[in-house]
Amino acid sequence: MSGEGEGKGAKGAAQRRKLGKVDIPTVTMAHGGGGKAMHDFIDDLFVDAFYNEPLAPLEDQARFSIDALARYGDRLAFTTDSYVVSPLEFPGGDIGKLAICGTVNDLAVGGATPLYLSCAVIVEEGVSVDLMRKVARSMAATAVEAGVEVVTGDTKVVERGACDKLFINTAGIGVIRAGVKLGVELAQPDDLVIVNGVLGDHGATILNARGDMKLDTEIFSDCAPLHGLIGALLEAAPNTRFIRDATRGGLATVLNEIARGSEVGIEIREGQIPIRAVVRGFCELLGLDPLYLANEGKIVCVVAKDEAEAALAALRAHPYGKDSVAIGHVTDERPGRVVMTTVLGGRRIVDTLVGEQLPRIC
Amino acid sequence: MKYVDEFRDPEKAQTLVEKIRALVDQIDACKSRPLYIMEVCGGHTHAIFRYGIESMLPEEIELVHGPGCPVCVLPMGRVDDCVAIAETPKVIFTTFGDAMRVPGSSKSLLEAKAGGADVRMVYSPLDSLSLARDNPDKEVVFFGLGFETTMPSTALTVLQAEAEGIENFSLFCNHITIIPAIKAILDAPGVQIDGFLGPGHVSMVIGNAPYDFVADQYDRPLVVTGFEPLDILHGIWMVLEQLASGEARIENQYSRVVPDEGNGPALEAIAKVFELREFFEWRGLGSIDHSGVKMREAYAKYDAERKFSVPDLVIADPKACQCGEVLKGVIKPYDCKLFGNDCTPETPMGALMVSSEGACAAYSRYGRVEKLVPLLGRGAGTGTGKAPQAEVEAP
Repeated sequence: MSGEGEGKGAKGAAQRRKLGKVDIPTVTMAHGGGGKAMHDFIDDLFVDAFYNEPLAPLEDQARFSIDALARYGDRLAFTTDSYVVSPLEFPGGDIGKLAICGTVNDLAVGGATPLYLSCAVIVEEGVSVDLMRKVARSMAATAVEAGVEVVTGDTKVVERGACDKLFINTAGIGVIRAGVKLGVELAQPDDLVIVNGVLGDHGATILNARGDMKLDTEIFSDCAPLHGLIGALLEAAPNTRFIRDATRGGLATVLNEIARGSEVGIEIREGQIPIRAVVRGFCELLGLDPLYLANEGKIVCVVAKDEAEAALAALRAHPYGKDSVAIGHVTDERPGRVVMTTVLGGRRIVDTLVGEQLPRIC
Repeated sequence: MKYVDEFRDPEKAQTLVEKIRALVDQIDACKSRPLYIMEVCGGHTHAIFRYGIESMLPEEIELVHGPGCPVCVLPMGRVDDCVAIAETPKVIFTTFGDAMRVPGSSKSLLEAKAGGADVRMVYSPLDSLSLARDNPDKEVVFFGLGFETTMPSTALTVLQAEAEGIENFSLFCNHITIIPAIKAILDAPGVQIDGFLGPGHVSMVIGNAPYDFVADQYDRPLVVTGFEPLDILHGIWMVLEQLASGEARIENQYSRVVPDEGNGPALEAIAKVFELREFFEWRGLGSIDHSGVKMREAYAKYDAERKFSVPDLVIADPKACQCGEVLKGVIKPYDCKLFGNDCTPETPMGALMVSSEGACAAYSRYGRVEKLVPLLGRGAGTGTGKAPQAEVEAP
């Protein structure tokens, strides 16, 4: 990781102190009590996993040099997100990986290089320490892949029933490259709408992992840090108008945000939208619409027509963008609306969801 | 996806649309007025909107979205009863997902859940029975909802509970039957429906004979139709063929699923557990004789209506609601004064705005692209973060 802590080189911060250890199997209220048990808990789980120089002194805040940040660009980006997924572990990831990727992606879609993250956890007493350790290690490994450091954090333990096992909040700071200008209001007629691969995997995985349907189908979350992919896109297509990760509410929600934000119409073709057969089948069974399923490794990009080819080539050259495809275009007709030509050849509006998507009775 | 994609083939759809257009030209009636074809089932309505089927049909054909959405026609008083049962201590109230959001007079099941009631979404009544097995100290209630399609699985679950001697399971029975509703619509004044797409999945259970009266007494064609888009286009074409030749018969487009005689064991299970009510209240249509079922005396101990005291009140729809007229095809959703103003998917007032299968919700969500009035004017737009104004559709 390339960020530099204020203390680097000043004194022996690189000298690792001996870290405390937790030697009981479950989290208890004592681990949030402010005493030795809490310090051992933080040492064992988080300091050990995340060890880096801004974090090591365990001050109440992480400190960074402004000059070091300025090397990456000319504006700061700052974001926060909370993660409450159930189950905590699912095929293709866990809450820890999600908590890093989600915040990294929220920074990256604004054209920022993600640099520093915070991590605050709220743990229900009785959760296994091994599970916590696993989640912390998963966060650490994902942070390495994403090129970010977790530099400050907080731990709270709450009584049984006060939260559902484990909630994580991460906030993140990134620096936006000079000259990059992305905005939901910038889409223009004739721009192309591109997605970086199959949609709905994460949403279907979580629903399936909850086990209500007891389907033995293997679906994997697409959870991934996309800063590299987005960097490649912006390099190849510098006039890219807008990028957003299609998380809660899925593709349909992002498209509607663009249509309203830019006061344009969006035309998409259902036949172009990449969805795995297994996810389509899952949705057919449950009466769900994959256009609204959450993704954790997918972005919707609006690119200028004359840069579309370069954008697609750059995206497809990246491991997280192999299946990138243009699914539609921006138009000046019907501003504020998303219109889809269906597989059958009919046309319909694609609107935002009113509430949660609920399975249909018949 | 095998056995699905074959029924969504755009080339075959185009061929059917052309055949439909050719038939429309042969039918004299539609030279002066549209042809009204009612799809009875909410599943049809959903598919029609999802695939944009209306946008492919000739202008002379008006699809009327019928009463076959069990969530839509559920009266508000029954939702209140559900909430009252769900809020009883030691009750686990189980329901199909899309019934959670239906507003009662004070709250929906979703709101009752948020208030602390143990309301759980299940995919089958057998899931409820498992919950009863796993929670012997709780009373598990299943919200039985739907037409003859879902009735057999509920009946078999009650029989299973009896066979296993499970005592802490009961059924809040709101099952309804489609035939009296079709009859009520045909008898309503001002109704103009030229033909019907019959409900495929109901027919899989009851067979085709119960529809004979539609042809014999009302001289209208009815084609039992499947739910894939090509099924629906094919069903419309079959109705038009009858209209073009001046015939009125009951036909079965969905023969790959629907046997003429229905499903014997399913009908037996229904008859064993349920009997007809004298009348049942339908949201939007009012009380219809013999249109609902209740549990027979022999299964009284599994009957939530007898186990729990519920308010059992009839709550009238708001006066301005014109759901009944929409259901009968007398007006289109956008002709209703409330549509898009006081009644939206976010704050539904009438039955048809409640479920995604309701005609008003479908018009509101999917619209007919060709009939849209601009949502945003350039320069007069809402910008980011602000919800758009109510969706408007030109009559």
